[in-house]
Amino acid sequence: MSGTSPTISLVRRTLCGALAAVSLAALGLAAGPAAAEEVVNVYTTREPALAAPLFEAFTKATGVRVHSVFVKDGLAERVKAEGAASPADVLMTVDVGNLLDVVDAGVTQPVETPVLTAAVPANLRDPQGNWYALSLRARLVYAAKDAKLTGIHYEDLADPKYKGKICIRSGQHPYNVALTAAYLVHHGEAKTEAWLRGVKANLARKATGGDREGARDIVGGICELAIGNSYYVGLMRSGKGGPEQQKWGDGIAVLLPTFEGGGTHVNVSGAAVAKNAPNKSNAVKLLEFAVSPEMQAIYAKANFEYPVLKGAAIDPVIAALGPLTVDPISLVDIAKARKKASELIDKVGFDS
Amino acid sequence: MPPHIISRNRRLASAFGRRRGALLLVAPALVAGFVLLPILALGIIAARGSGDLWPHLIAYVLPDAVSQTLILLAGVGLLSFFVAVPCAFLVATCEFPGRRLLDWALLLPLALPGYIVAYSYLDLLHPLGPVQGVLRFALGIASPRDFRLPDVRSVGGCIFVLSCVLYPYVYLSARASFLMQSAAALDVARSLGASRTRAALRIALPMARPAIVAGLTLVLLEVLGDIGASEFLGVRTLTVSIYATWVNRSNLPGAAQIALVMLALVLVLVAAERLARRRARYTTAAAGRPPARVCLRGGKAAGATLLCALPVLLGFVAPVWHLATAAAQRLEFSGLSPALLLEARNSALLAGGGTLVAIALGLVVTVGQRLSARPAASVLARIASLGYAVPGTVLAIGLLTPLAGFDNWVDAAARETFGVSTGLLISGSGGALVIAYAIRFLAIPIGGLEAGFTRMSPHLDMAARSLGATGASAVRRIHLPLLRPALATAALMVFVDGMKELPATLLLRPLGVETLATHIYGEAARGTYEDGALAALLVVLVGLVPVVILARISGAAFGATQSSSARRGEAQGAPTAVG
Repeated sequence: MSGTSPTISLVRRTLCGALAAVSLAALGLAAGPAAAEEVVNVYTTREPALAAPLFEAFTKATGVRVHSVFVKDGLAERVKAEGAASPADVLMTVDVGNLLDVVDAGVTQPVETPVLTAAVPANLRDPQGNWYALSLRARLVYAAKDAKLTGIHYEDLADPKYKGKICIRSGQHPYNVALTAAYLVHHGEAKTEAWLRGVKANLARKATGGDREGARDIVGGICELAIGNSYYVGLMRSGKGGPEQQKWGDGIAVLLPTFEGGGTHVNVSGAAVAKNAPNKSNAVKLLEFAVSPEMQAIYAKANFEYPVLKGAAIDPVIAALGPLTVDPISLVDIAKARKKASELIDKVGFDS
Repeated sequence: MPPHIISRNRRLASAFGRRRGALLLVAPALVAGFVLLPILALGIIAARGSGDLWPHLIAYVLPDAVSQTLILLAGVGLLSFFVAVPCAFLVATCEFPGRRLLDWALLLPLALPGYIVAYSYLDLLHPLGPVQGVLRFALGIASPRDFRLPDVRSVGGCIFVLSCVLYPYVYLSARASFLMQSAAALDVARSLGASRTRAALRIALPMARPAIVAGLTLVLLEVLGDIGASEFLGVRTLTVSIYATWVNRSNLPGAAQIALVMLALVLVLVAAERLARRRARYTTAAAGRPPARVCLRGGKAAGATLLCALPVLLGFVAPVWHLATAAAQRLEFSGLSPALLLEARNSALLAGGGTLVAIALGLVVTVGQRLSARPAASVLARIASLGYAVPGTVLAIGLLTPLAGFDNWVDAAARETFGVSTGLLISGSGGALVIAYAIRFLAIPIGGLEAGFTRMSPHLDMAARSLGATGASAVRRIHLPLLRPALATAALMVFVDGMKELPATLLLRPLGVETLATHIYGEAARGTYEDGALAALLVVLVGLVPVVILARISGAAFGATQSSSARRGEAQGAPTAVG
């Protein structure tokens, strides 16, 4: 015992300190915002760094403080479990499927204001007003510069000439499930399964990582084509992610693929007002602010997304990619095909 | 529990009264019930679903997920074994340059979460990274297209990464066991003409088997529960499949069903481990003079140094060096975020809270076990240890419903009686996380304290009783002081695990509370994990403090030549009893 006691007493002191600190912090964590302050509570599946510009601008413009928590998965389950006492006002997600999940879980409430209905086109919002899209992103193809491609269809990705040349993130990632669901709506189950098998056979490495790694792996010579979202191109090329990522962004050619006889697959980031929102008026205010010309411009400039508001400016880096022809099939149809798409992705062993 | 201890405990029962024995089980039973709560909730969720998911799962998901999981388990188990056991043996029984440093440095990878090491190795081994860059330069190859190493995003890469951070569990318990072994057995073998290697393989290794198996079980449970590293490296394990089912098909009941099946698998694993230990109880009787260390010279000494340094280099130095350079670049590029300090505080507070609760509950269970001396107490301890076998995500989903339900009940009652809303009392305050950590890591204090108690002679209790002490005062004046080293070790291990914990933290943390782990994950989810380098470095640094203390505690105990302190060392070192 004598050999260990100095350390032990150190440990004991540390533990006592921790106990005191924890009790203090429990008070601090529980106390929350002062009652007089105007707040809005946001649960979001959006990565904190991407949601921050909106929240900062909103607080600056309205004086309403934003409290947020980034919940990657389980947002609907959490709000549902919290029930009537939930502090959530606004629920934000980055995938149309996730958005509809939240609505299906019955934790949203319909809102309709002239500002919202005027700003968001009818195909980008729920007819009942349960959800609104706030921005658009396109699912693009990144290509090695020396591949000298000028255009490509999503269908071509299954072409055996690309064997061992394609990089993509997990097939079960919501972005890829949505793309596959769109393929299903266009071509039906049999053709989608064949396409998935073809793409799987063309993969240069495991389907994993993020979209940026596709660009990095092209520059690193692992693959020739990669599938990634549009805003990553802006984030990389603008140098916002640091010099290394700028190198990846500049090292690739970017194509706007289309479905044969259709357009480019887009997904949305969107928001809903929570059913038991304690600060409902602020929640509506935040939604309206998100689709205001000012904020739509910030979305485009800070996050390189396509605005939902007609006439709002697109960032030059994104505009340089060429004109976007949005695929005409409906987002709700895509969301409905998601389950089948996810099953097909399992069936062909896309991620294994 | 070995039969001879049970029989001793039976005798002990008379020390504090057979009559109150059953009463003493009430508190441990409450703790066990508390741990079962999320699992029961999971069962209810699972029952809500139909079975229609299973044909699809059996046809397309499970064959692959099960085989990948088994390959991963076997790979990490074997690699950890072959890394940890030789190192532990060399460090415990030989003298070579750097031994004293490596003795504790081999524990350092414990401070690194698997997902952080995975991010680091992807950077280090990427064609654009330093390793392949140097290789291409050395070979005179211009483009990565002409020469590439195999991708780390593979089952092999995942085995490597997870083994790098998990082998210390085996090392810790194997080293303790080698240090405890009596010199007599080895001397006999040597005098009968066995070579040193043969004596090691035929005597020392079999005697250390229970300790090694206990360490390996922890490793395998960690592998099963891992989501960060496996998902990132593209390995589709059962846990990752649970995720996909839940998230992409909005099928929470289905996910709960898979989770329960997996829990059953884990229970089989844990039962097998306990069976193995029961049969091997002959080793624990060993006592006497520990063997003197053999001095290695020349090539053998250099080989030993190299062999023991390699795991430290790969599991700690390389990833931490990479994190440090990435963090320095970040600091230069975007400066220090003030939020980081707040996150570090949150991490430490939540992990600290979880530690305190886990230790308190662990004491309740093991003291009840000691005083009541009933076999039922041992069963309750096993149930209370179940949390370690439940993946963090699954535990979090299971906790969500009962906790929020309780909160709403309190809220509604308060509104009705006092006209004020209490909001979300537990889930809104970080209390949910403290509870989640406590349940998830309760096995560590229970295992450590159980081991501490079994090394305490029941005669102490009888003496205390005969001198008129009540059970409570015996606990306070005799048990607790003697348990201190075990308590300290368990507390440190729970704290480090709490700091690293990701999936439950992500789902259960209150509004506006970000921890270091969730910050790193947020960046990684955006594909900018290098932005999280600073936070990752902080997690490692904070995690390092307890690991160094742990190494010092165990080092001090192991370093002493008295066998009594070496025995105590084992009590602290290995949280052997899980599940």
